[in-house]
Amino acid sequence: MTARMDRKFADVASEGRPVLVTYFMGGDPDFETSLSIMKALPKAGADVIELGMPFSDPMADGPAIQLAGQRSLKGGQTLAKTLEIARRFREEDQRTPIVLMGYYNPIYIYGVDRFLTDALDAGIDGLIVVDLPPEMDDELCIPALEKGISFIRLATPTTDDRRLPKVLENTSGFVYYVSMNGITGSALPDPSLIAGAVQRIKTHTKLPVCVGFGVKTAEHARAIGASADGVVVGTAIVNQIASSLTEEGKATDATVPGVEALVRGLSAGVRSARLAAAE
Amino acid sequence: MNEAPKLNSYRAGPDEDGRFGIFGGRFVAETLMPLILDLQDEWDKAKNDPAFKAELDNLGAHYIGRPSPLYFAERLTEELGGAKIYFKREELNHTGSHKINNCIGQILLAKRMGKTRIIAETGAGQHGVASATVAARFGLPCVVYMGATDVERQAPNVFRMKLLGAEVKPVTAGNGTLKDAMNEALRDWVTNVDNTYYLIGTAAGPHPYPEMVRDFQAVIGQEAKEQMLAAEGRLPDLVVAAVGGGSNAIGIFHSFLDDEGVKIVGVEAGGKGLEGDEHCASITAGSPGVLHGNRTYLLQDGDGQIKEGHSISAGLDYPGIGPEHSWLNDVGRVEYVPIMDHEALEAFQMLTRLEGIIPALEPSHALAEVIKRAPKMGKDEIILMNLSGRGDKDIFTVGKILGMGL
Ligand SMILES: Cc1ncc(COP(=O)(O)O)c(C=O)c1O
Repeated sequence: MTARMDRKFADVASEGRPVLVTYFMGGDPDFETSLSIMKALPKAGADVIELGMPFSDPMADGPAIQLAGQRSLKGGQTLAKTLEIARRFREEDQRTPIVLMGYYNPIYIYGVDRFLTDALDAGIDGLIVVDLPPEMDDELCIPALEKGISFIRLATPTTDDRRLPKVLENTSGFVYYVSMNGITGSALPDPSLIAGAVQRIKTHTKLPVCVGFGVKTAEHARAIGASADGVVVGTAIVNQIASSLTEEGKATDATVPGVEALVRGLSAGVRSARLAAAE
Repeated sequence: MNEAPKLNSYRAGPDEDGRFGIFGGRFVAETLMPLILDLQDEWDKAKNDPAFKAELDNLGAHYIGRPSPLYFAERLTEELGGAKIYFKREELNHTGSHKINNCIGQILLAKRMGKTRIIAETGAGQHGVASATVAARFGLPCVVYMGATDVERQAPNVFRMKLLGAEVKPVTAGNGTLKDAMNEALRDWVTNVDNTYYLIGTAAGPHPYPEMVRDFQAVIGQEAKEQMLAAEGRLPDLVVAAVGGGSNAIGIFHSFLDDEGVKIVGVEAGGKGLEGDEHCASITAGSPGVLHGNRTYLLQDGDGQIKEGHSISAGLDYPGIGPEHSWLNDVGRVEYVPIMDHEALEAFQMLTRLEGIIPALEPSHALAEVIKRAPKMGKDEIILMNLSGRGDKDIFTVGKILGMGL
């Protein structure tokens, strides 16, 4: 299903603006709300959706996404249910690429073959699995590519020119540049440093480069979008959801509209990015 | 796995990719990959460098107090009426357990790599204390991540670490125990990649840690083998050790893996029994999965979510186990068995009374297995057990359970 992803990046590029990639945690705070959030994202201007698969031990995530995972698991979320969210979304939307993002163990336990079959059936376009570096490509990356699901790799500031080719080798869909050494939810570094890193990666690959980790506001999205092909926003959305919940962590009338409003603002940010750069 | 093929050697692993059979590997975020590869380079150089070995041996002898004695437990042997029981006395090491062997080795590596900051995770606080100790000795700042629940349970060790100049950071994420502390240490590491060395406390984690920690702990078995040959003129019939992450166990096992006549048993924490969730028997009651950089046996649910373990001993309270143990289990070379909290507690008291040695609760699990097996063995047979730590840290826990307020 890489076709859907490629088409989306091409379409957006022809509009002369960067892609807005939005992350949220599947099942946070419950299955139905989470499905409504997912359906609201493209309507509010998201181009690509990263659907988080909760894991008990999210080693690369900051407190906000850790808590989102805990809320989701507490609500009974499983990998099967996360795939079900995607499947239900696909019934209504055949154009927005969906990337599943999470950690390897739940997939390993589900069974790699069975997972890929079910993911394809649910309309999944790509995978980001944080704890599978290129050294572990035989586990999931190669089988996913064989099935036609993109494997999107993270490149980081520690990925130097010597290592980049290895990281890019089996990457498809897009390259996810992690803006800093750290966990999700940290502060955004200087956009000019990021622009340099994006340029460096682009000398090694024709794939679009999206930048994430630390992008929280429309202003950030605009600044990063000036140099990158796409901007990934996660923690800000997860925080928006968290702030709308009751003390017991239940969804309220403000949960879905809150996300919509935030994403609309971010969308305006990316839509003005190249204009800003041209100024 | 009863028909495992016979291997030429059980000591050849891991392979280039850090695998022991299907276990081990390098399941880490991309940010950490270059660091792990650097560490592996440095380790490959150091292990063949005579100067490194000399420094390690020198500190072993004069700072840790090596070799630790091999002790014939005469009264315990008499009481049980079977096999002769020997202890490898790792509890006599500086800081009171085997953990220091690994810490000295790794801090020397950190120095070689030019790292200026040490981080570590700890459950019971033994590895935290050992890390804080070597950090003080080498003048490096040290941050120890410890689950908030454990900070409360292990107050004396928290104070020790602070005295040694370490900063103890309580971890409230997740359930606030050892696995959460390890997650938090990994988060620190990805954030501070340039100057920080992560000193992992057991034979687990991404390659090369399982191999490296094993090699730093293997001195236990190397010494024990020589000492046993000197004392008895032959090898033991049975070697027993407690398994948390598996460092003291692999340390004593490794030298004996290719000695066919030596039976080897690893003892897991059976907690309150294997039926529910209140145990830490990853091999006996878990299944293979991927956590903290390696594939190994884990306690997990049907969705691949990791469970919290339980053990009376905080040092065994980890839902995984080092990958080499998972492999040794599957190829049938080592047998892994559970021991319940109450059995460990009885063993703890028995050793204290009969031999005047207060053991830590971790090796008390190994001891409980020895107590079961020794009477069924002949008087001419020999058991070697790793007495991995002393029980000073546990007297509060034990006092509470026995109803004696301290
Ligand atoms: C005395 C002692 N023995 C054993 C262990 C368990 O660790 P490992 O299995 O790595 O030896 C600990 C851990 O804290 C310990 O303090």
